[in-house]
Amino acid sequence: MDNMIEIRWHGRGGQGAKTASLLLADAAFNTGKYIQGFPEYGPERMGAPITAYNRISQTPITIHSNIYEPDYVVVVDDTLLESVDVTSGLKTTGAIVINTTKSKEYLTKALKGYSGEIYTIDARKISEEALGRYFPNTPMLAAIVKVSKIMTDDELLEDMKGSFKHKFAKKPEVIDGNMKALEMALKEVKKVQ
Amino acid sequence: MSIRERLSGNEAAATAMKQINPDVVAAFPITPSTEIPQYFSTFVDNGLVDTEFVAVESEHSAMSACIGAEAAGARAMTATSANGLSLMWEMIYIASSLRLPIVMSLVNRAVSGPLNIHNDHSDAMGARDAGWIMLFSENNQEAYDNTLMAHRIAENKNVRLPLMVCQDGFITSHSIENIELLEDDKVKEFVGTYKPEHYLLNKDEPIAVGPLDLQSYLFEHKAMQAEAMRNAKQVILDVAKDFEKMTGRKYGLFEEYKLDDAEIAIVCMNSTAGTTKFVVDKLRAQGIKAGLLKVRVFRPFPVDEIANALSHLKAIAVLDKADSLNAAGGALFEDVTSAMYVNNIHVPAVNYVYGIGGRDTKADDIESVYNDLSEIVKTEKIDNPYRYLGLRKEAQK
Repeated sequence: MDNMIEIRWHGRGGQGAKTASLLLADAAFNTGKYIQGFPEYGPERMGAPITAYNRISQTPITIHSNIYEPDYVVVVDDTLLESVDVTSGLKTTGAIVINTTKSKEYLTKALKGYSGEIYTIDARKISEEALGRYFPNTPMLAAIVKVSKIMTDDELLEDMKGSFKHKFAKKPEVIDGNMKALEMALKEVKKVQ
Repeated sequence: MSIRERLSGNEAAATAMKQINPDVVAAFPITPSTEIPQYFSTFVDNGLVDTEFVAVESEHSAMSACIGAEAAGARAMTATSANGLSLMWEMIYIASSLRLPIVMSLVNRAVSGPLNIHNDHSDAMGARDAGWIMLFSENNQEAYDNTLMAHRIAENKNVRLPLMVCQDGFITSHSIENIELLEDDKVKEFVGTYKPEHYLLNKDEPIAVGPLDLQSYLFEHKAMQAEAMRNAKQVILDVAKDFEKMTGRKYGLFEEYKLDDAEIAIVCMNSTAGTTKFVVDKLRAQGIKAGLLKVRVFRPFPVDEIANALSHLKAIAVLDKADSLNAAGGALFEDVTSAMYVNNIHVPAVNYVYGIGGRDTKADDIESVYNDLSEIVKTEKIDNPYRYLGLRKEAQK
């Protein structure tokens, strides 16, 4: 029970938060863990707020509910900070990782004084530089792995290389870009001091 | 050696179907079971199975096609949810009364209305008297394992009844989790080939299937169906024993989790049993003697076995994920309490209707049920046996 890490993803429909949670589950599975990856299904619409979840554990997972007291929260779209209570139940011993370029003052206020660690990353910049398009999920995946230390950087890169090869078998040209996005994100995710 | 994988519940069901390689799959897509025929049709397209895939125009036709195929002597499977099962209604009774061992994957979802695509058990509970064997699955692994055992049970000559494997829509059907898969050849050997005794395409034995059956014999035929359902219990246990030899995974009519020395227990089915195990562990760490009885085989209902397994408890709560709207208890509660009554076992029992239309069932909700049970043990009083769990406060009377 104690060794279980619980993660909640907040994104908007179409940004790949669900896919990112499934990729994280995949990567953790490949390092020998027990995993759950599941979205909260609602009326799915492009741009609507969506939630996805991960449980990662050394031992089998039996619980089958949504996650109410996550260890980590990932916010894929910072416009959600205004409308969704993203720190709801978030453990103060955990952390929140946000795709944003907003100031510390703004974030402190938007997170209602959340006293745990806050990390930011500019996933838009990374994605546009590495992929030429805005797909925030790949950098956010790397960011949460870095912050939560679910696996080492090398384990993630090694595993994702295999996944991308499989996923993008018909368009191999995007594999390098995605790998570059991961590498950049691992370096650029920063703790708000 | 088993194969370590991670699959959703729908992928697990589709994978089992692929390894079974049935003669016919007829299906019409409906959320949340849609992915099962979707994955399966890609297996067909990629030549991974020899199955004739019939993309019908409705669930009524899906079940009709399965009936035709099985009557002809073929092995047929389908998958559906909620209103899809409702549309099969006429044909599911015909399937069981013609003694056709069709296997269906039922991904449980609320039957509309108002329109709701999320999980509860109102679809399965509506079909509980239709003469189908009904197995429930806590997670993707059990959905896979139950499907692999299904044909051996359904096709047994003392049974010959259709069988549905249930799992919770979205909660397990769309959740990726670890799973242990078997090699294709092992599944093939375990499931075996289908050799029906009587079938339409047997030119040496012309038969009629489903003719008029009026006052003189329908009653006897129904009694034979009931007898087949009684026979199914032992067959389910025999098949589970063989499955355990192959996989090491043990299945019974139900699972007892820390029930031996428990004083209070919950009875439930499908994914909620997993959440309940999590809570039982937590309570046990606090010295509270909590336990769980998870029903796997709902039809045939293991009357004596369940009554005996619960006989030593001081209080039990039965959780129903469907409201029978009968001004009394849910279906599982009625079956459990009736089983105890006829076995002359009296244990204080309460019923909770919960999780309707996808209302999430939290660990805290389950813990509150155990707290209620402790209170019942202490006060020896049950003010109202028919309760709700997780209903909004303003709706509680």
